[in-house]
Amino acid sequence: MAQILFYAFALFTLACAVGVVVNKNAVNAAMCLLLSLVGVAGLFVQLDAYLLAFLLLLVYAGAVVALFLFIVMLLDMKDTAAHGFRKISGFASVFALGLLVTGVSTFVVRGRLTTPNPNLAAAVGTDLKHYAYQLFTTYLLPVQVIGFLLLIAMLGVIVLSKRWEGLDDIK
Amino acid sequence: MFDFFFQLHPVIQGLAKGLAVIMVIFPLAGACSLAERKVSAWMQGRPGPNRAIVPWIAWIPLLGVFLQKLGVFHLMSDGGKLLFKEEPVPGHVNKFYFILAPALAIMPAFTTVTVVPFGAYFDAAGAAIPLVLADVDIGLLAVFAVSSLGIYSLILAGWASNSKYPFLGGVRASAQLISYELAMTMSVIPVFLWINAPGQPGTMSLAKAVEFQSLPGFWGGSWFILLMPLSALIFLISLFAETNRHPFDMAESESDLVGGFHTEYGAFKWSLFFVAEYSHMIIGSGVFVLLFLGGWNPLPWVPLSTAAQLLGVAGLPLVVGVLSIVIFLAKVVAMVFFFMWVRWTVPRFRYDQIMKLGWQKLLPLSIANLLFYAIAIAVIQK
Repeated sequence: MAQILFYAFALFTLACAVGVVVNKNAVNAAMCLLLSLVGVAGLFVQLDAYLLAFLLLLVYAGAVVALFLFIVMLLDMKDTAAHGFRKISGFASVFALGLLVTGVSTFVVRGRLTTPNPNLAAAVGTDLKHYAYQLFTTYLLPVQVIGFLLLIAMLGVIVLSKRWEGLDDIK
Repeated sequence: MFDFFFQLHPVIQGLAKGLAVIMVIFPLAGACSLAERKVSAWMQGRPGPNRAIVPWIAWIPLLGVFLQKLGVFHLMSDGGKLLFKEEPVPGHVNKFYFILAPALAIMPAFTTVTVVPFGAYFDAAGAAIPLVLADVDIGLLAVFAVSSLGIYSLILAGWASNSKYPFLGGVRASAQLISYELAMTMSVIPVFLWINAPGQPGTMSLAKAVEFQSLPGFWGGSWFILLMPLSALIFLISLFAETNRHPFDMAESESDLVGGFHTEYGAFKWSLFFVAEYSHMIIGSGVFVLLFLGGWNPLPWVPLSTAAQLLGVAGLPLVVGVLSIVIFLAKVVAMVFFFMWVRWTVPRFRYDQIMKLGWQKLLPLSIANLLFYAIAIAVIQK
């Protein structure tokens, strides 16, 4: 049963992800992204990581994709959507696929994957307190680094998107 | 008596329970639309809906006239009208998303019910067992996550209608809902900081929040609205914004957008949007009652167990369960009345006022509130 569910969710996620790329209508693509995220949340639930599943729904499905839709609608991208196939995009996708295959195969062959302790994995994913404790102790540095990156990105967006009236405003 | 039910497959049991809850929520949401008309009429000093009546009930001497004046049959006649009306689908719309949007409105609204507890009873050991479809540790997070998906119905309805007023309504709704989600989430964190005391397993369960408001003692028994009034206020304001109720009625905004996102809709598809809005309101009120108004405890400092002993029904789990549900529903109905009261009292905000209130007032206020309570709780619970 668990295996069937896993394959169902994985197939669903991948199919929707393909839909994001090939859809010419930007709204359809965004909705495919939403369904794909729901599929990933389903996979998290199968790992007993309910917290991650609902955080994914809350942040990505609930807010980020809604913002995507908001932008898509504001820009009204009907005319720009129909780009034909270009040679450079073919090369780029082959290159990216090669990178992906190399990365995954290296990870599988040399990554020394051990079976994680099932009790530990369940505790991290389900128990909110334990999860938060891990975030603020073991993984404090990544959290700080990512927070800093996001801050820089936000500042960049503010600088780029603000309409500067004259040189005086920049100073 | 109930052995038959417990012998069924767990999936069928779950489906039956879920259906039972939906069978309560759906008519309740319909009744809210009638209540809205009656309440608005009462506030404006007019009789309101008072005409519809079923002939054979009109024959009952006094009761028939009373029910007619109360307007209860308008619920039936409106439901029938909306169900049997022709379903118009304008020619210029994107049909797939146009039909999908009302369904998307209903689904999150009914899915959130699964994690909202609506009552409790006491087992032989005296421990409170919440009545809930799924008592999960991440209760409130699940409510937030699933109800945040309801935004797509507004966006898609506005976009698929392919005309300018619905489009403006949809765009406004998406910006507004995202803005107030932040303040809403921030405002409830102090409650869960208090509940997740040192030594307790981490939880975001709503039933746990009620349990903490029914402890003995002055601090234990007081409702969280008394301990954290600012949190409750911010949560309440955000709740109004999240449910698209007046004075945050930007998505509909009849005075400048005709009907907002549902301008092009008619018949039952249109009414589905309203059922969704009212069920969001009911469930939002339910969450507010559980978090800040003591859930199924009748009064502050009088928990359910004490009330059951006073009434002499402490040994009867079934009676206590029904009593708790009645208390909880009474509070929810009072909250829904408050929603309507505000709607017919306060005029609608302008759009820029809403954005200013959300980002420049509520968000900083909720962060300051969080910092204050984080320090205070750390000092108290040390």
